[in-house]
This record gives sequence, C-alpha cells and structure tokens, in this order.
Amino acid sequence: MSRQPNRLASGGLVDRNKPQLFRFDGQPYQGFAGDTLASALLANGVSLFGRSFKYHRPRGLLSAGPEEPNALVELRSGARREPNTRATVAELYDGLEATSQNRWPSLRFDAMAVNQLFAPIFAAGFYYKTFMWPAAFWEKLYEPIIRRAAGLGRPAGSEDPDHYEKAFAHCDVLVIGSGPAGLMAALAAGRSGARVIIAEEDFRLGGRLICDRREVDGVPSVEWVARIASELEAMPEVRVMLRTSVFGVYDGGVYGALERVNDHVAVPPEFQPRQRMWRIMTRETILAAGSIERPVVFGDNDRPGVMMAGSVRTYTNRFAVAPGTRAAVFANNDDAARTIGDLEAAGVHVDAVIDPRPGSTDSVRSAARKAGSELIEGAIERATGGQRVQSVDVRSNGSTRSLSVDLVAMSGGWSPTVHLTSHQGSRPVWDDQLSAFLPGQTLPPGMTVAGAATGQFSLEACLAAGAAAGLDAAGRCGFRRAQLAVPSADPESTAVSPLWRVRGTKGKAFVDFQNDVAASDVELAEREGFRSVEHLKRYTTLGMATDQGKTANVNGLALMAEITAKSISQTGTTIFRPPYTPVAIGALAGHHRGEHFKPTRLTAGHAWAKRQGAVFVESGVWMRAAYFPRPGENDWLETTIREVNTVRSAVGVCDVSTLGKIDVQGRDAGKFLDFVYCNTFSTLAIGKARYGVMLREDGFAMDDGTTSRLAEDHYVVTTTTANAAKVMQHMEFCHQVLLPHLDVQMISISDQWAQYAIAGPKSRAVLQKIVDPRHDISNEAFPFMAAAEISLKGGIPARLFRISFSGEMAYELAVPAGFGEAAIVEIIKAGQEFGIAPYGLEALTVMRIEKGHVAGAEFNGQTTARDFGLGKMVSTKKEFVGRVMAQREALTQPDRPILVGLRPIEEGFRLRSGAHLLNRGAEPSLDNDQGYVTSTTYSPTLRSWIGLAFMKSGKERTGDTVRAWDAIRGTDALVEVVGPCFYDPKGERHHG
Amino acid sequence: MRYSILSVLGQALKGQKDWKPVWRDAEPKPAYDVIIVGGGGHGLATAYYLAKEHDIRNVAVVEKGWIGGGNVGRNTTIIRSNYLLPGNIPFYEKSMKLWEGLEQDINYNAMISQRGILNLYHSDGQRDAYVRRGNAMRLHGVDAELLDREGVRKMYPFLNFDNARFPIHGGLLHRRGGTVRHDAVAWGYARAADQRGVDIIQNCEVTGIRVENGRVLGVETERGFIGANKVGLAAAGNSSRVAAMAGLKLPIESQVLQAFVSEGLKPLIPGVITFGAGHFYISQSDKGGLVFGGDLDGYNSYAQRGNLPVVEDVCEGGMALMPAIGRLRVLRGWGGIMDMSMDGSPIIDKTPVDGLYLNCGWCYGGFKATPASGFCFAHTIARDEPHELNAAYRLDRFRTGRLIDEKGVGAQPNLH
Ligand SMILES: Cc1cc2nc3c(=O)[nH]c(=O)nc-3n(C[C@H](O)[C@H](O)[C@H](O)COP(=O)(O)OP(=O)(O)OC[C@H]3O[C@@H](n4cnc5c(N)ncnc54)[C@H](O)[C@@H]3O)c2cc1C
Repeated sequence: MSRQPNRLASGGLVDRNKPQLFRFDGQPYQGFAGDTLASALLANGVSLFGRSFKYHRPRGLLSAGPEEPNALVELRSGARREPNTRATVAELYDGLEATSQNRWPSLRFDAMAVNQLFAPIFAAGFYYKTFMWPAAFWEKLYEPIIRRAAGLGRPAGSEDPDHYEKAFAHCDVLVIGSGPAGLMAALAAGRSGARVIIAEEDFRLGGRLICDRREVDGVPSVEWVARIASELEAMPEVRVMLRTSVFGVYDGGVYGALERVNDHVAVPPEFQPRQRMWRIMTRETILAAGSIERPVVFGDNDRPGVMMAGSVRTYTNRFAVAPGTRAAVFANNDDAARTIGDLEAAGVHVDAVIDPRPGSTDSVRSAARKAGSELIEGAIERATGGQRVQSVDVRSNGSTRSLSVDLVAMSGGWSPTVHLTSHQGSRPVWDDQLSAFLPGQTLPPGMTVAGAATGQFSLEACLAAGAAAGLDAAGRCGFRRAQLAVPSADPESTAVSPLWRVRGTKGKAFVDFQNDVAASDVELAEREGFRSVEHLKRYTTLGMATDQGKTANVNGLALMAEITAKSISQTGTTIFRPPYTPVAIGALAGHHRGEHFKPTRLTAGHAWAKRQGAVFVESGVWMRAAYFPRPGENDWLETTIREVNTVRSAVGVCDVSTLGKIDVQGRDAGKFLDFVYCNTFSTLAIGKARYGVMLREDGFAMDDGTTSRLAEDHYVVTTTTANAAKVMQHMEFCHQVLLPHLDVQMISISDQWAQYAIAGPKSRAVLQKIVDPRHDISNEAFPFMAAAEISLKGGIPARLFRISFSGEMAYELAVPAGFGEAAIVEIIKAGQEFGIAPYGLEALTVMRIEKGHVAGAEFNGQTTARDFGLGKMVSTKKEFVGRVMAQREALTQPDRPILVGLRPIEEGFRLRSGAHLLNRGAEPSLDNDQGYVTSTTYSPTLRSWIGLAFMKSGKERTGDTVRAWDAIRGTDALVEVVGPCFYDPKGERHHG
Repeated sequence: MRYSILSVLGQALKGQKDWKPVWRDAEPKPAYDVIIVGGGGHGLATAYYLAKEHDIRNVAVVEKGWIGGGNVGRNTTIIRSNYLLPGNIPFYEKSMKLWEGLEQDINYNAMISQRGILNLYHSDGQRDAYVRRGNAMRLHGVDAELLDREGVRKMYPFLNFDNARFPIHGGLLHRRGGTVRHDAVAWGYARAADQRGVDIIQNCEVTGIRVENGRVLGVETERGFIGANKVGLAAAGNSSRVAAMAGLKLPIESQVLQAFVSEGLKPLIPGVITFGAGHFYISQSDKGGLVFGGDLDGYNSYAQRGNLPVVEDVCEGGMALMPAIGRLRVLRGWGGIMDMSMDGSPIIDKTPVDGLYLNCGWCYGGFKATPASGFCFAHTIARDEPHELNAAYRLDRFRTGRLIDEKGVGAQPNLH
C-alpha cells in the first residue's frame, strides 16, 4: 500500500516523516503531509481521476491548481460529502476519503461511456433541435433521462453538520496572491508601515516560486520565500492569510474572501468553524494573482497523462512526484526549457521536445540537447491510449509519426489571472505581443495589478513590479515609502508565439475539458451563427463548467477568431463574474440557519407565559402566546373559547408588548402626526387616546393604532406588530425628507415598555388593586379613551390607556420592560378573585373579528380606509400623506369591495379565509367574482363561524345570501352578508 | 432546415456540415413597417407574432448587443401562472398556454418543463393569502392545490422540518409551473421570426427616436437612421432610457436583481420551491446546477452587478430552508437590470406619440410572460389598440388608480 511508486527519493515540500493514510474509491493509499489529494494519488501511480460531463471520457489531472477541470471528486462521506471537489487543491489529511463521481458502476468501467459512440449526434446544442415530439414526452421521458445523466457529483442530501463563521477585516493594502509579485508587494507595503493583509488560496506561500526551481537573491527560491514569509509574520501590522481565496470584488472597496479554516482536517475541532467568510474593507488592493497556463487544442488532448507543463513541474518540484516515465514536451514558449530540465532532474526522460516555432529558440534547443531529447519542429496531432496516454502522433515537415510516451507536458502559453479585475464590469484587453488578455483600463477603484497577472512573465520583472506596487499603495495611503532593494533572479527567456490548435487532427480536440466542448463544437457554433463570445458560451456551454473556463475561454475565443478570420480583439473578450472559485453556500450564510435564521424576540412576560404552559406562535420575529391550555381541554379551539368567555364575562389579560410604540415629542408633534395620519391628532386633548389610520403615499391604507397625548408636546403612537419598523421608518422619512422644518423628535420605545391588555367587565376592579390609589381610575375620572402616566403600588412608573380591542371595558397598562414580568404576576394575583385568566393571540383575534376590527389580513396593501368602512375618518381639511392619491377615480369608485361580515347559513359550517364570493347561480369565473374572505373565526358569543370579507358594493348587499366558494379546500357554502361588527355594534360595553 | 430527430441523425453522418445560421445577421434596410427596439425575449416574440398572427413581415428587431444578452438570458427561468389579481390572471394563463405549445409552434426545443412550483407558507395568515390566490386562479381554470406540512414533506423531504425558525406549514402547488431554457426562447423566436422574413439587426444601438408632429418616423441608430411606420419599445431594464429618447418619462425605476447557479449536481430538486419566510427560491437545471435567487439589491442602478449583502441574504434563506445545500458551492452569480414599475405589474400600451408603443415594467417576472407579451404587444401594434388580455396594462393606470399591485406594497418599486 505505501509504496508510492512515483514518489521521488528526495526533495519537494512534503514531509516524509508524516505519512498520511487515505482512500480513493475505497482503495487505501499513503501520501505525505504537504501533499494535495492529486499529488498523493499521482505519487501512487493513479492516473485516472474522473469522467467528463457529456461523453464520460476517462480523465486524469490536467493541472495542479484551482483551474482543474478534470480531477473532480466527492470528498468525505455521509452528510459531509462535498461533490465536485478539485483534487488539485484538496489538502491531504490523515483519514481522507474520496470517491470518483459521474460514473457507473465504476471509474474504470463506466457504462455511460457509450455516450462516446453517440458523439457525432451529441454535438453542441443538438437538444435544441429534437426531443420535441410528442410534447408530453419531455417531462415524462426525455428530461428525466437527461437529468439523470447530467450533473456531476452527488449532493449529500442531509443537513451539513459543520458550521461557518463570518468576519470583517480592515486594512490599508490588500495583497492577493503570494507569488513573487505578491510577496514583494506585501513586504514593501508592510515595511512602509501600512496595515497589510496578504491572502493566498494555497496552504503555502510562494506561488510559482515553490513550484519552479528558481534562484532569488542568489538562493533557491524556496529558501527566499521562507525568509520573506518569516519577515512578514514578524511584522505586527501584516496579516498573512493562508488557505484564503479572495472570491469577489464588490462596490465600495469590499472584497469577499473565503478562509478554509478546517478543510485540511477530517472534522473541524469542537467550536471551530469549517470555513470563515471575510468581508475585507481596504483602500488599496494589489492583485498579484499570477497566471494560468493554457492547453493546446489537438486530437484527444484529454487523455490522462496529457498535462499542463507548468503543473508537471509543480508535481516534480513541489511534491516530488514523477508524473510519468517517458515524456514528450509540447510547447509554444520558452518555458519548455525549464520543463525539460525539471523532468530530467526528476528522472523522467524527455524523449521528444515538440516546438511549433520555426527553428525553436536557443534556450529550448540547448535544454533539449543537454537532456538528450529529440527536438522536433512541429506539433502533436493526436494522443492515443485509453485510460492513459500511450503515444502521440507528431507531425513534422508534412509527415506524421508516432512516439510512445506516457506523459505529455503541454503549454500554449500563460493567461494572466485577471478575473478579479473584471468583477466591476471592466473588460480585459487583448495584447497581441503577449498573446494574452491583460487587465482592462478601468480597474475597480483602488486596485493595481502586478506581476504575471499583467503579463509580466519574467521573475525579475514580477519582483520589481510587486515592490513598486506595494510602495505606491502604501504611499497613497499616506505612509512613507520604505527603502527596498529589488532582488535579482536567475536569467530566463519568456519568448512565446501563439498556437491555439493543431489543425487537421483526428479525434476530439477539446477546448473545454469538463464540459466536453471540442473544436468541432466551436466550428458548429460558428456555422449556426453563434459567433459572439456570449453566444458561443451559451450555445456550446464553453466556460460554464465548475472551472469557469479558466483553461478554456481564451482557446475558445482564439478558435472562433481563427474560423471567422478575425483578430481576437475583434472577436470579443471574456469577462468574469464572482466568485473567482466556487464558494460553499453554507459559508455565505454563516450562522443564519436553523433557529438562528432570524433573531427571535421575546416579550418581558415570555418566561412567565411559558411557565403557564402557553403555546407560542411566530408573529414576525416575535414569539407570542397563542393560547393557554388547561388540563382537560382538547384543542386550541376549546381553550380559546374559554378564554374569550372569560374576557366577555369577567376579565382576562393579554400581553400586547409586541405592538410598535413610538414616542413623539416636540412643539410640532401634533402637526407632524396630522401629516402622517389621515385623521387629526393636533386637536386631541391631553390625557386622551385616539384611533388613527395611516395611509401610504399612494393613498392605500398602511397601518393603524391608537395614539395618546401625554402632554402638549408629547404623544405616544402605537403601531401594529407587523409594521412597527416600517412605520418608524416611514415617520423618519416624513420628518427628514418632507417636513424637516418641524420641531419634532421621535424614537422607538417598543422594547422599552411591556404592555398588557386587561379586558372584561372586571378589568377596572383588577386595576384598582394594583394602581397607586393616588390615581382615580373610576369610570368618571378615567373614561373610555383616557390615557395617563401613573404609578403602580410600590412606585413603579406606568402608563394606562383605556382602549379596547376586545369590545369590552378594557385597559392597556404599560410598564418599563424591566418590570414586565413582575407586572403580569401582580395582575394575575390581583385578578384571582375576579376569575382572571391570561388569553392569547387566538382569543384576541376571535374578539377583534367579532367586533369587526381590521387587522393584518385586511391591511393587505390593496385596500383603502374607505374599504374598511372608515372613510369618514379621512380628513378633508388638511394635508396628509396619501391624501391626493386616495382621490384617484379607482380608489373612490362606489362599487369597490368594502368590508362586510359573513355568517354561514348552514349551522356549524366552518367558513374559512381565502374563499371567494359568488352570487348564487353564477358560474365560477373572474368576471363573476364578488370579493374574498379575509378573516374568519368561531364566535363563542354567536355560537357560529363568522367572517369578514371585502365585497363589491358590500354595503348595499346586507341581507343577501351569496356563495363562499373555496375550491382550494373543496367547499362551496351559502353565507349571509351582514354588517362587519357582530358584537355590541353600538359600542356600549367598552364604556363600562 | 426543419429541426427533428431525423435531421439531427442525418447531420451526425455528415459531420454536422449543413446547418445554417439559426437566424440571419441582417443589415438594416432604409425603412420597415415596424421596428422593435430590443432583441430580448419580448422583442423577438413580438416580431414573431407580428408576422405570424398579423402577417406583418416587414419588421426589424434592432438590438444594441447580441440578441438574448439581456434579461432573457439572465433570469432564473421560472414560468408560472399563479397570479392573484384579475388584471393579471388571464394574461399569464395565456402565456402558459402559449408555452405549452411553443416548441411545436416554433420548431425549437426550449426545454419547457412543467415540473411544478411550490410556494411555501409558514403561518395561518400566509396560508389564507395563498388560498385567496389559489381560488382566484381556479376561478379562471388555472391549476392550484393546497398542501399541508405532510404533503410538502412527502414532495421535498430534505427541507428543514426539524429546527426551522419559521416552520413550514404547507404550500400552494401550481403543477403547470416550471422552468424553460431561457436562451432557447430567444434563439427559437429569433429563428421562427427570421424564417418569416423578420430582420434581426444586432450590434445596432438605438440612440434616438425621430418624432415629428406627434408621430414617430423611425429610429436613429449607431448605424444610421432607420425609418418605420411604427416603433415598439421592448428594452426591459433600459426602458426609461429608451423612452426618454421620445420625451417620455416612465413610472419605472431600474434596479439590480442577482441570481446564482451552483456547480453541477446529480438530481436533488425536481421542481421549483419558493421560501415563504425569507427571500429565496430555487430550482435545478437540466444540466444539474441549482439555480437560485432572492431579493433585489434595493437601489437604483444600471450596473449589471450586485453586492455581497444580498448574496449573503439569499444564501441565508437557502440554508434556513434546506440545510443540505451547505457544502454545495456557488459557481457563478450575476445581476440583471429590472424595469421595476410602481405597482409591480407591466405596461403594454400605446403612448402619447402616434405610432410609438410601449412594453415595459416587467420587474423580476417578465420571462414567463414572454409569449403572451409578444402576442399582446404584436396585437397592440398591429391594431393600434390593446388586446383584451393586456387591457389592464395601461400607462395611465397610475393616474386613475387602477393599479395591479399583487404584493400590496404600494409605489415602492424595490419592494415588489
Ligand atoms: C436575475 C434575474 C432573474 C429573473 N428571474 C425570472 C424568473 O424566474 N421568471 C420570470 O418570469 N422572469 C424572471 N426575470 C425577469 C425577466 O428576465 C425579464 O422580465 C424579461 O426577460 C424582460 O424582457 P426581455 O426578455 O425582452 O428583456 P431583455 O432580454 O433584457 O431585452 C431587452 C433588450 O433591449 C436591448 N436594448 C436596450 N436598450 C437598447 C437600445 N437603446 N437599442 C437597442 N437595443 C436596446 C437590450 O440590449 C436587451 O437585449 C428575472 C430577471 C433577472 C435579472
């Protein structure tokens, strides 16, 4: 098991003293700390990693980084299974488990590979042209087959057991990437004194410096990186963030970054997140994200063993793995020399170097000579072999011959990693000289780009550019630029001449590996008119795979340019959208899930109600007591009926603290309220309360509640629970924007006061026992609609309002929230002798429907004060929000639906909300729709189900019998139209 | 060439060599009977129905970029006809009926998939509001069913039924709702219109609208003036800017809506689900990506990109509803500019300028409307009067108060 046949005897950044055991497709293997899953499998001689999306072709590693299109696996198992994980970035840990995906029954023998036989049919977009007959077969037959075949890995299907954190970070200079440019930038800015964050997605700093064997300042690049890393670590204002991918650039200098805190262990330690999402706020950003190597498009270039040359070097140098035994190097640039040297050093013989450039170059020629490799001026036409490349057909001087190799290191040049530059809409621009897209003209504010990401492909240039960018950024932040010598590097040649594809090849020449988009698909797209980049992508799915076309986009574009005989800049550009690499949904959600999705608000009396056995219900973010069941009661209805009867015959108490409360003060407070309510408050006497209705600017009803005047310049407004925040916001808006000249201040006091409704014929008797006897609350001294600041026995400050929602004589008593629980205990104690009982939201609702009061269901935003039957409240004498718009013809039309009451004809019939009203004998149709039922309840008082509804010309229809048509619930019953107030319509009871 | 399994097989043998461009990349002629501004779904559908239903073929669709690059190619592909208000129900049901026969009509597979859309409710009040809606739909013969909690659990066992902050009480199920491959709608209408003689002119931004004596004469473009007897505007998120060229000020705000797609996955979600306790909805494409979105970013903008707060808000809703998606990854997010009207409903109408017609105000929901919008707009242009199906979508309704405010949030476009 632990042979690791392809591991080199020495070298690399793996710790041979820390073996790590892991499994792939059930097979046990061993790797070392410092490996990725990809390098460890490669060390074990594994070359088959996955299957492609459409044709299920066998695939191996193409790369060694986040651009990997092929080697996707399901990492971990059970609820922690992560489909589509790139083996090239999955850090190896002891006990790692991975499974191949999108194959059946096994990776080696995948039955879906028959799709390859149908490849001539399955060309780009073939599905738009067929599967149309018969129409019904799409959902039943074609689509299920397509869906099952499509997709890649399998989702876990059960709750993610890990948790995620979110955090903010602030800095002067954010450096993205830790290659030569990034390290120098961080060093320069850090030495200048700036607060620096350097984010690196890898688990090691260094970028290409740890993948290539280079020299910096006369020492091996790995050593130089270590030296810089320790200097950065030692600087107090520099923060090095490893395993952190900056995934998006947002407005206002905000960068989204994902830190993989515990992805390199089997299970996160207790109390630690799996990942942390950072919102980094920065003034200056230096993008030093390097570049990504491009494949060359030739026949069957997807055979396992055909790899990017730079990645081959990463495997030999960084991971000490030989990715093959006999290699061909195929490159259009001078990196070939480095590849030859590194392979030879790793004991892999380079049989042939294939260079399409006439005469090649000095540096490649001499490297080939040194290695004893044959230098062929030409191109690879096709790779052969099934699950591993066995040979390549090389064309040179007009003839083609076959070379047997088991490794092809290819390079079509490098594409700068400009992704983040275009997140704010900037378009990369094509540079013919460099054969690459470079960052566009208008970068996100505060961003500079340095190093290979700008097309500077020589090491010395990267070091210098990074240093300059770091100093400049620090300088712009107001720091004195430090003195800094730019290190020297070993000489190199970066010559490149473009080669996109090898023409005239047999076999499939892939452009987008994962999505199986071949050169022939690009040709077909062109033939069918899908020539713009956007059309090409959408039609062929080029660049839409999990790698977002990191290795495919430029080749696709270049091919289209070639076919249409246009230049690349004429053909278009590719722009990138966030995220740069895929981000777990869980990380973006953080802790806001399950019970913590939204905050839970509890009233001051909540714990007390809980002790009474209350059943709670969500009311917005509040939890409110719905009812208080007693032993022997069978259901909510029985309990509710008892609670209603208690209120109507004796006294009950209900926690109404959730209502919004707004304290309004100032010389112009009354004037201000006149403006926001449709009725008048400036005329309200001190010590009185009044019901008010507020309209939206468009004239429809917005909210209602009582407002009390406590002093000349002091009002207390109440709002509905649902609209507490909205009304506050609206009032702030009205003041700040519409009436800034008024002398008025307001503040929400919803949280500061606990409030209880004490309702029923005995309510006064209860209150008299707890209110400080200094305050006369007799009917005469404190009549209906009185309001006062009082104190309770013991000196507790309180506010008392004689208002009634239930229709009974009733009060609302407010106490500072800190006394909320004590108050309810005292009220119950005082009420004991009168038979008091707490009642919940259900009973409250029953009584308000019996009284015909409108609430949330009627305030549906489509109704007016007039629709509520409250047209008379709307003042005609003053200016107020909504006045003009409320006079529009459709809002004043006489046959508008208006609030009515409904009573079923059949005794015991349960009328339910949502039913529509139809005239008897009328066909159910929209034209015949007479209205809809908004609120229903069983009325213990009337011993019948009753309801409120909006009905066309409702007032004129009192006494009519109509149908309550509820097809959704399967009922259709006759109801009588009555007035909306079912109980004490004259309002005698609340006067006490 | 007609598309069919036979033509596909035939071409497979010939190396796919005989396919022709799906539509001609036409050069502008000096003048047309009708010019449609905007090569999105609505513009292309309008051109198609002008030719098909009204035999008006001397038509050009003038598009500033490439057709299908606007919202028709950026939306989350949901189609449904589960509307509440009488002004909307017949229109959207017509659209659904047209979707149901579209592929055969235009000979293009748009992968119309009626996999059902489920709107969840989490309180009695929400349930009753859905019942009111469901009954309104049933009054017009549209399918709607109410599911209780167990009914929902049976359909979607992986939703959060255990520790939800707002427990699922049930849902309103509209089985004929579903998804459509959005790009295919643009391409399919383009092909069908092109075959009937319509010119599709790409990369031709309209920069002005020539009006004389209250009558439209044509459009100024990057490629010169193009004359027309009638001009129809179907510029979606750019409607305000285009209408301003004719001096019209629209009751429209332009706002960003984001959407997201995950990496490709084996089938997890058969239909469309909307969360009732947060802004989140989701479906899974045939390719396997989870397609999801939520709320508008909330501010006026013409930048086709959104910001992190909404990204987070959407993902929070997703995790609250279905905690099984935590380890799945967002692959790509994007934004589109929505033509948000003051009541959340569209406008298809004549304008004060003779011969100039308006189609806008689609908010975040105009994709599903594409066939009916094209059908009605074509009628309105051809007959110079609205079809009965778009009779309620008048421009003057903000003055008369005949609003179609499904959500009841009033004249605050970012809340619709
Ligand atoms: C993220 C997102 C999700 C959505 N989800 C859904 C959904 O699930 N279901 C649903 O029903 N709807 C959805 N929508 C809404 C829907 O996409 C739009 O309402 C609809 O596509 C708009 O109509 P259209 O297709 O004609 O628009 P577009 O495709 O935007 O067409 C307008 C065209 O006009 C062109 N144009 C503009 N100005 C000019 C000019 N001066 N000259 C020439 N051409 C011009 C534009 O380039 C564009 O191509 C969503 C939208 C977004 C952004």
